[in-house]
Parts: sequence; structure tokens; C-alpha cells
Amino acid sequence: MARGLSLAALRDAAAAGIVAGLLALPLLGFRLLDSAQGLSLGYRLSWVFYAVIGVFLGRLVLNLIGAKWAARPRSTHHNAAMARFTPSASQSEYIAGWAMIAIAFVLPFLPFVDRNVVDRMTLVLIYVMLGTGLNIVVGLAGLLDLGYVAFYAVGAYSYALLALNFDLSFWICLPLAGIFAAAFGVLLGFPVLRLRGDYLAIVTLGFGEIVRVILINWQSLTGGPNGLVGIPRPSFFGLEFRAGAGGFADVFGLAFSPAQRIYFLYYLILALALITIAFVQRVRSLPIGRAWEALREDEIACRSLGLNPTTIKLSAFALGAAFAGFAGSFFATRQGFISPESFSFIESAIILAIVVLGGMGSQIGIVLAAVLLVGLPEWFRDLQQYRMLAFGGAMVLIMLWRPQGLLSRRTPTAKLAEAGSS
Amino acid sequence: MTQPVLDVSNLSMRFGGLAAIDNLSFTARGDHITAIIGPNGAGKTTVFNCLTGFYRPTGGSVRVTHDNGKQFQLERMAGFEIARKARVLRTFQNIRLFAGMTALENLLVAQHTELMRASWYSVAGLLGLKPYEKATRTAMERARYWLDRVGLTAQANNPAGSLSYGLQRKLEIARAMCANPVFLCLDEPAAGLNPREDQELVEILLELKREHNIAIILIEHDMGVVMHISDHIVVLDHGACIADGTPAEIRANEKVIKAYLGQDDSEEDG
Repeated sequence: MARGLSLAALRDAAAAGIVAGLLALPLLGFRLLDSAQGLSLGYRLSWVFYAVIGVFLGRLVLNLIGAKWAARPRSTHHNAAMARFTPSASQSEYIAGWAMIAIAFVLPFLPFVDRNVVDRMTLVLIYVMLGTGLNIVVGLAGLLDLGYVAFYAVGAYSYALLALNFDLSFWICLPLAGIFAAAFGVLLGFPVLRLRGDYLAIVTLGFGEIVRVILINWQSLTGGPNGLVGIPRPSFFGLEFRAGAGGFADVFGLAFSPAQRIYFLYYLILALALITIAFVQRVRSLPIGRAWEALREDEIACRSLGLNPTTIKLSAFALGAAFAGFAGSFFATRQGFISPESFSFIESAIILAIVVLGGMGSQIGIVLAAVLLVGLPEWFRDLQQYRMLAFGGAMVLIMLWRPQGLLSRRTPTAKLAEAGSS
Repeated sequence: MTQPVLDVSNLSMRFGGLAAIDNLSFTARGDHITAIIGPNGAGKTTVFNCLTGFYRPTGGSVRVTHDNGKQFQLERMAGFEIARKARVLRTFQNIRLFAGMTALENLLVAQHTELMRASWYSVAGLLGLKPYEKATRTAMERARYWLDRVGLTAQANNPAGSLSYGLQRKLEIARAMCANPVFLCLDEPAAGLNPREDQELVEILLELKREHNIAIILIEHDMGVVMHISDHIVVLDHGACIADGTPAEIRANEKVIKAYLGQDDSEEDG
């Protein structure tokens, strides 16, 4: 049987190879050469050969793995074993979570870690925070929001404008930016209360674009496409990160180094992200968190039980937006410069991809997905124009391998001790 | 102290030119199990949707009086307020559980209003303060009681969607009970149940009436169940009430036999 299977796999792979050859011949095989003598036709038949071999081998491996996967034992005994292991699976997730936090804390001191790595991890953590916030709206409340970047922009511009015009410190602006963003969340929430699914997605998409267009056109306030420059950097309890007397390094008797600010920003966003995660984890098991999930499952049943869908939706929008606001003000203070370009639709798409890829509602999944989607592309900059290809390839692989996201197991918010665990 | 009463008077519901309910009046008493029966398309579920705020009736009124004398005009209230204040709860013909959440969580969501208040709209909950912890314990106790009552304790931590059909029906009733109803509207609770589950359902409903003083209004096609447990039957046909009385009266009513029950019953009797 195994022989027949591998023969079929071979035949299938050969067929795929032929198709790839037919496609690659015109696409890769010929090329126009532009030389001094005018245009001429060049050949690259070796590329066609590589493409065919690549597709053939890839298809073969996929077939063989697929066959093995399908043939894995699936008896009831196996299921019983699974059931026994589930609690320990949640335990291992718990351990993995703490291990990740520990690694995040010591990261800057690891031998192979330089400024650039810390800087990239700072960016990853911004997206962890954004993903966690969007997870409230999309993962828990089930409201597909494609305009999440709007709240990020509101947060960033709130901080920048408050700091530039009123000379307020980062620590005062941070909560204000969150409040402004939350207010925007409610503002967006009202008109879309009746919408769900695709319709909601389209309206939120439009809202995100509206905010960006306003930022571009409101020259007098936002500086238009030029953005805002010279945004104050955060200080360490009033000590600025600068050379000379009175700076952070001077007071602590250290030699000044520009890296100090980068490390400070890293720990700042780490703290913000951890607070966000702790908050969302806690809220999930509160009545409001359960109401969000109930709303995602069945809005009509919610109403029949006396839950007011309006307030539940608005609270999800507001809280999700508030975290985007915090992340936005951190982004502004880190960059020192913001422009509407930073808040285009692709940002919303990446944040949504982090939530979906992580497995809706899973916290560790969001962290993994953020590292994967934001961290890795930075490291793969050497691939240059193939970077997006690698990105797309990774997405396809994940779709095949884990269509429900990296980690999609839902932990119940309450358990009855005397009942058997599922 | 008076009995709670649900008064439906001249209720009409039109969808364009179609009158789904036409000038319907009946009264459901708090110590009764009231059954609404009738052929398919008679407007039974539409009546429920009007009672529980899913439709706004085009005419007439629905008034609920609690045993403390408080009155509520349901046709003027938003859907969620009917469940919250007038405490008219319902189940659905096609079960509507929170399928991805566990059975226990389903019952906790039903106690949202009280828990929300106890958590000071999440502030006390976030801080883990005493009043919230206490309210959580009470909510868990109530959930445990109803899980036990409908025989779901062992599956409390399983997703509601993974339960068998019969258990899902029972869980939906338990969930409505956790929301502390005065009137409980059950839309075809026996549909899809086997005879043994039918029997268990009858026992649960009779217990709700006797021990918990819940007024039940149910839509049901299973005449065995209806005739056995109901104190009062309202028969609908084409949106109008064609008969209203005790099971014995309904069984003998010529119009009901013609429109709905058919001749079979009397043939068997004779």
C-alpha cells in the first residue's frame, strides 16, 4: 500500500513539475535584452530547470508528509490520551508565557544582542501591544475592524500635538492619548453598531482612511504630509537622555551613550505591553469580557438575556482603541517624527494579521505572530526584493499548516472544579 | 402580594400586507403553564418575538405585572430591558447557545447584569475587591445548582456546542433560569428530544412551576407534553386566537380539531 502511495505521490509531483515547466518557460525562460544594438531575445533555460525541480521536489515532499499525516493513528485511545494531556498543554502555555517574559527582560544583556536587535524588538513589542488591543475588538467581541490604525494615529498625533503645543510630559500625555483614542473608538462605534461582519469591515476600513486623509489635509494642525517633527523624547523621571550635565548618564555617573535611550525605550514598551496583556487577561474573565465573547457567539441570545449589545460593543471599541492610543503615543515619542504615511491601511492589515495568525483570542499566539510578522521581515532585509515573497510564502505555509492560527485553544474563563475537564 | 400576570390585548403584528398576528388577546397567569399551539405559520413564534422585544408590535399592548404590583408595558421597552427589568426570558426554536463557551460560562453570561453591577462596571473586578468576589461566588453557586438540576454538572467545562442536542435544550433552559425570570417563554422545548428526554423535560418544567414559582409560556407541537403539563391553552390559526381554555376544553373544541388537532385523536378515543 505504501508503495502504491509513493508511486501516486511521484506521479502527482511529476504532473506538477510539468505544469510548472510550461508556466516557467514563457515567464522565466525568455528575457528581452536591451543593448546598444536594440532589443534582442535572451534565454534563461536553466531557471526553468530550477523551477521544475523545485516544484517537483516540493510537491513530492508535501504529498509524502500529507500521506503520513492522514495515516496517523486516530483511535479513541488516541483521543483519550489527548484529553489527558490537555491540562498540561495549558500548563506548558503558562510556562512558555513566563519564559517569554523572562527572555524579554534579559534580552538587552544577552551576548549576541546589539542595539539594532533591541530596536527591532521595541518595534515588535509595539505590535504586540497593538495586537493585544485589537484582539479585544476582533478576537473577543468578534467585530472585524479594518481601521484600527486610525486609533494608533489618534494616539500618536495626540501625544505629538500635546507635547509640542502645551509642553506636557510623556507621562501626562500617555493617558490623555489613550482617552482621546478611546473617545474616537466610541465615536466610530456609534454609527457602526448595527453592522456586522463584512459591512462592519468596510465601514471601519473607510474610517481608517478618513483619519489618514484628514491628517494629510489639515495642514495648519497636523503639518499635512510633512508630519510633525521634533516631538519630545521621554525622560527617565525628568532626566533626559542627553550628553552633558543634568542628563541621565551624568546623574547616574555613567558614560553617555545614545544606546541608553534605546534600552530605556525598550523597557518602557515592554512594561506597557505587559500591562496591556495583564489587563486584557484579567478583563477576559470579568463579566464584561465574557459578555464580549457572548456577543461574538450570538448577539440575539445576548439580548434575550438582558445584555445591552450597544454598551458591550462600545466598551470593546473604546478599550481596544485606548490601547492603540497608548501604543501610538509611544510610537511618536520613539520616532520623534510622525507623518500620515506611518498610518496607512497596510498597518491595519498587519495588526489584523497578527491577531488572526496568532489564533483569535490567544495571547501567546499574538506575541509569536508579532515576532514572525514584524521581527522576521526586518531580519530578512538582506533578501531585498524577495522579502515580501518570503512573507507571502510564510503566510501560505501557515494557512496550510494551521488554518485556525498558531495557537487557537480557548481557555475557559471559569471552571467548575467537580466537573471533568474537557 | 398578587400573582404575576402577563396581559396581551389586541396585539397585532403586520409585515407589509401580511397580518402575522391579528388582534390577539389572552392572559397568562403566574401560577399557570400556558401553552400556545397551532399549525405551522400560525404566528406562534411571532407572538414570542413580540413578547420578548425582538419585534415591535404594530398594534395593541403587552403588559406584565409582577407580584409586587410593578407594571411593565413590554411593547415600549427595548429587547434587553424586557429580560432585565420585566424579567421575561425566552429560549429559541433553533437553540441559541454561546457555542464556543463552556456550559458554565453560558450560565455566568446569563447573570451578567448582577455581576456587572457587583464588579462596579469592571473596576472592582479588576482590583479583585471583596463585593465582586462574593458576587462571583453566588453566581457560581447558582450556575452549579442549575447545572446539577438539568444533569450537566459533569459537562460543565465542555463547550456548549459540543453537547448533545437534548443537553443543549436543557442548558438553554438553565441559562434562562439563571437570568432570574418571572415569565419564561419556551419556544418548542421538546423539539428533537427522544421520549426519555421528553419525560425529563416535563419533570423540569413542572418543578419550575411548583418550586420556583416561574410562570411558563410554551409553544409546543408535542400534544402529549402540552396536554399533560399545561393549565391553559391558547390556540392560534392565521394569527388569530381560535380557542382559549383548559386542555379538556381545547380537546373538545370543534374549531381546534378542524384547524390543528385533526380527527386522529377522536378516532383513537372512539
